[in-house]
Amino acid sequence: MSDDAVKIPAAVSGAGGWLDDRFHGARGVRVLMRKVFPDHWSFMLGEIALWSFVILLLTGTYLALFFVPSMNPIVYHGSYVKLDGIRMSEAYASTLNISFDIRGGLLMRQIHHWAGDLFMVAIMAHMLRVFFTGAYRKPREVNWLIGIVLFTLGMVEGLFGYSLPDDQLSGAGLRITEGVAQGIPIVGTYIAYFLFGGPFPGNSIVPRMYILHVLLIPGLILSLITAHLFIMFHQKHTQMPALGNTEKNVVGQPFWPYFLLKGQAWFFFIFGALAVLGTFAQINPVWLYGPYTPLAISSASQPDFYMGILEGSLRMMPPWEYNFLGHTLSLSVVIPALLPLAIIFTGAALWPFFEQWATGDRSVHNINDRPRNAPVRTGIGMAAVCFYGILWAEGANDVLADKLQIPLYTVTWIARVAIFVVPIGAYFVTKRICLGLQRKDRDLLSHGVEIGIIRQLPSGEFVEEARPLTDEERALVEAKKVPAALPAPGEPDANGVPAPGARGMMGKARAMANRAFTETIVAGDGHGNGHGHGNGHGAVEGGEHAAIGSGEAEGSPEEH
Amino acid sequence: MSEIEEPSAPRRVIGTPPTAPPAVDIRKEPAEPPFDAEPENPRHARNAERLVGALFVLAFLAGCGFIAAYVGLEVGSDRLPAGTNAVDAVLRSNLALGLSLSVALLALGTGSMIWVRHLTPNIEIEEERHDLRSSDADRAAFQKEFAEGAAISQVTRRPIIRRTMLLATAPLALAPLLLLRDLGPLPGTSLRHTVWRKGLRAVTLGGNRPLRPADMDSPGTMITVIPEGYQDDEDALAKAGVILIKFAPGEMSFPNRYDGGTLVATMNWTIDNIVAYSKICTHVGCPVALYEQTTHHILCPCHQSTFDAANGAWVIFGPAPRPLPQLPLMLDADGYLAAASDFTQPVGPSFWERG
Amino acid sequence: MGNRVSSITARRRHPAAGYAAVAGGLVVVGALYSVLSTGGASASAPAQADTSIANGRSLFVQSCSSCHGLDAQGTTQAPSLIGAGAAAVYFQMSTGRMPAKEPGAENNRKPTDFTDQQIYDIAAYIASLGGGPAIPSPEQVSTVGANTALGSQLFSANCAQCHGFAGAGGALTYGKNAAPLTASTPTQIYTAMLTGPEAMPVFGDGVITPAEKRDIIAYIIDTRNEPNPGGLSLGRTGTVTEGLLVWLGGLGFLVLIAMWLTAKRRDHARPESEPLNHE
Repeated sequence: MSDDAVKIPAAVSGAGGWLDDRFHGARGVRVLMRKVFPDHWSFMLGEIALWSFVILLLTGTYLALFFVPSMNPIVYHGSYVKLDGIRMSEAYASTLNISFDIRGGLLMRQIHHWAGDLFMVAIMAHMLRVFFTGAYRKPREVNWLIGIVLFTLGMVEGLFGYSLPDDQLSGAGLRITEGVAQGIPIVGTYIAYFLFGGPFPGNSIVPRMYILHVLLIPGLILSLITAHLFIMFHQKHTQMPALGNTEKNVVGQPFWPYFLLKGQAWFFFIFGALAVLGTFAQINPVWLYGPYTPLAISSASQPDFYMGILEGSLRMMPPWEYNFLGHTLSLSVVIPALLPLAIIFTGAALWPFFEQWATGDRSVHNINDRPRNAPVRTGIGMAAVCFYGILWAEGANDVLADKLQIPLYTVTWIARVAIFVVPIGAYFVTKRICLGLQRKDRDLLSHGVEIGIIRQLPSGEFVEEARPLTDEERALVEAKKVPAALPAPGEPDANGVPAPGARGMMGKARAMANRAFTETIVAGDGHGNGHGHGNGHGAVEGGEHAAIGSGEAEGSPEEH
Repeated sequence: MSEIEEPSAPRRVIGTPPTAPPAVDIRKEPAEPPFDAEPENPRHARNAERLVGALFVLAFLAGCGFIAAYVGLEVGSDRLPAGTNAVDAVLRSNLALGLSLSVALLALGTGSMIWVRHLTPNIEIEEERHDLRSSDADRAAFQKEFAEGAAISQVTRRPIIRRTMLLATAPLALAPLLLLRDLGPLPGTSLRHTVWRKGLRAVTLGGNRPLRPADMDSPGTMITVIPEGYQDDEDALAKAGVILIKFAPGEMSFPNRYDGGTLVATMNWTIDNIVAYSKICTHVGCPVALYEQTTHHILCPCHQSTFDAANGAWVIFGPAPRPLPQLPLMLDADGYLAAASDFTQPVGPSFWERG
Repeated sequence: MGNRVSSITARRRHPAAGYAAVAGGLVVVGALYSVLSTGGASASAPAQADTSIANGRSLFVQSCSSCHGLDAQGTTQAPSLIGAGAAAVYFQMSTGRMPAKEPGAENNRKPTDFTDQQIYDIAAYIASLGGGPAIPSPEQVSTVGANTALGSQLFSANCAQCHGFAGAGGALTYGKNAAPLTASTPTQIYTAMLTGPEAMPVFGDGVITPAEKRDIIAYIIDTRNEPNPGGLSLGRTGTVTEGLLVWLGGLGFLVLIAMWLTAKRRDHARPESEPLNHE
């Protein structure tokens, strides 16, 4: 055994006592110190977003001390002599000032922009992790919705942020924003004029974006992040399926000191990665773009990557416009502006509730799913990823055409076809892959893990030796909850009217969805189904039923 | 005073079956890790400690380097010695500051990583999850008190209060929306017109020189022009930018086109095989400026809307719904190219009231 | 066994041995390539010595007439050069675009086999057929005293939409590209603007004056020589490469760190000879 506990210095315990006298903290802070955060690398993705946001606040505050959010034109006479004598807005001039006349200014600007990009990357990676492991299920639906709102706010915040310097590239993006706003039916011209304070470009958009970007939206993001973390804290984090992990416990290392130390390391690595990017990778070189003028534009004009999906949908559309009764409806603008993001965000927001409706599963889930054990969810998730990805790639179609030597219109035509074909194909391929992996897991349970030793039997046949699974491996492979099939509705009544719950389109849709969700392969098929192995293998799992995926899971499979 | 009851929980080790869950108070944690702060392998821990120390010292040095770089490397032409390239100075400063910052942070990170992974004992504990759902008794008590409070407030029994409460706050809730009205002027008819008018000369963008047809003698010539006098008016330029394209005789040919009775494109508006189209794309308003003289396509780089300049800017690919508006051209008294009138249709992106 | 093996052979089964071999091979091949490959012919600002139209004609007949016709009148494969002018010849040949490697394809910059004098001779011959824009003199393309700021405005307004804000090039329709401006000499830039090669529009002296052309040239040269104070330029193509880097480099690096941070810890109390199974 060890020595006695460490002696706390009197100053620290004195301060602690002073606080406790006023805040009753001893028991509460003890709970905090004992709190367990499970360890898995994919659980750290959300923290990348958190620390990136902190770095955004720090660097952003620094930049705000020097940035002038005004569109008043001035003539430039600063250090960047290539633009000397050029008429530009004060916002652009102050950005050049930060970059070339203030020590550390360019570094702070670059770290700020890289952190903004990394924030969005982390949110997307984190969101995908939560989705594919089913961590959005009860009781975490509200946190999932908060996350979607944070995603949206992040996009808008980034859009405003990179548009503040009023350079040629971001100004073109604002022009597109104005054109899209103008095209909205009925209220479009009013929205455009109110947003820009008159005709484009006007004098108001930069100061307005500024106050949204530095005050309002960060405030909203900060409060939502606080809520997001508090809920996660209160409900405790999910954990991956493993030996010893149950729905009723959390296994890992305690907050004090492990999580603090790890959090410290993680923060420094994230900040360090951003510092490396800010030092060695030039981002948003506004001095090369030049100040915004409405009659100039560059090839390869793309927004930051998280707006790429909007850009791609604008590029993909055919020219559909309708005139009637003195009005013009421009679907080639309205559809890209509204539809793809609506599909993604509404779909994501409704998904937890759709899954509950389809599976009838309203129990609490604290253990994550392995993606292979939820083929429909994983398949639909991959379809959504492909949908998003194709629109995103199309946003860079001229760069792809230039670098990959594909004709420009061909890239667009490929995208126009792929946007329908690829997500559907991705769903089926992913689902099949998941079912195949489940089959492999089942084989692992029945045959054990092959260990690379080949043995020749007296009969001349070669077999590969296998060892039985360790307890940890078995726990992982067996950890799956097959969603129960919905109880079969009762028989139709004497007049042929089907039972309530199975009636009508909703009932039939629910039954169909339920069948898809419950189609899965249960572990432990027993005697290797015609695999052609000899008998030289390890322990065979006794016979549980296998409902092999073909949609005939009318009787509910046994839960293991 | 300090007599807080705290039912003691049994010590548990991982793997043993849990005892019956304690009472609902979530602040009581049953598990206490066996306390042992000593690392398993003292030699390894000492080496790790030295490595962590070295990394932290490196971070310190890098941090000092950051301060030295800040103090020592100047930027800005007013503080640099004459003749120094300002961009080079920023490059040096950025590299020095950034490198020292990166080294400091990564050293701190690596040091912290090794600290937690190699110096701390490998302890795992188990924390219990309590039901989030409150007990039925708690729920019942909550409902009772809530109902009592509601009854005390009389809201349930005084319909006049209920009904007028919402009424009272409704206008105030709408007031913030109302206050936004003055964000901008109403569009009115301003989207339908540009500043071009009869006799207004076209001047080159950047050079501000008026043009005679002879200045564009080579077929395949293209140039961006703006209305004379408006070079500093960005609001006007955002709608009034025009591209002039010169064709060889016979290369350009298109019929008169009408948009709801109004003539919008005609060869009569060209002068000496020079045609003028709006530079504002009819999709969402980017300057449509890529001109390929071999195919006479005008390509907008934003979303690849493509217009056939020899055919009245007819749309041949991409999301733009309408051809580029054509500006009627004339020669003024001195022989310079000028507008014969404003565009006969609104330029730029479509809008609901366009017609 | 008593044999001594080299340290390389002793380590041939090391897990990283394969990667080291591939990396070493790449380094060797790359070094060889950079040493052995020649750059393009450097066509610097021309000093036009006496040109020989007769020599130009014979060179033309030898190298160009199969597509352009014996009298440069054009054929189905290539246009007439009567009236094209010396400047056009200079641009196309000094950048190696002509002689074209195949008819109909877009012609990209490639090394040229012709000397400067040969190009002048051919250009003089073509100019003698029907006039056309002349090759500018060194004074005409000199950027001394040029207004780079005005050049940036003109470049933005007339050139950036095809060639990119920093001259990195861009895509056109039907598989064509606007070339990057990284290797173009001032005379090549001037003659390109003057003659409008291939799909490029013609920017005659009437619409962009010679002084304005010099301003644009100064801008292009300044920009491509300008260092990138923020680090690597990422191709100066804008946000696409930035997005790729933050996903692959930023997230990729951090995921690896996260895996390190959360990896199962080895039990260092155990003797070295009995390593535990770990993932």
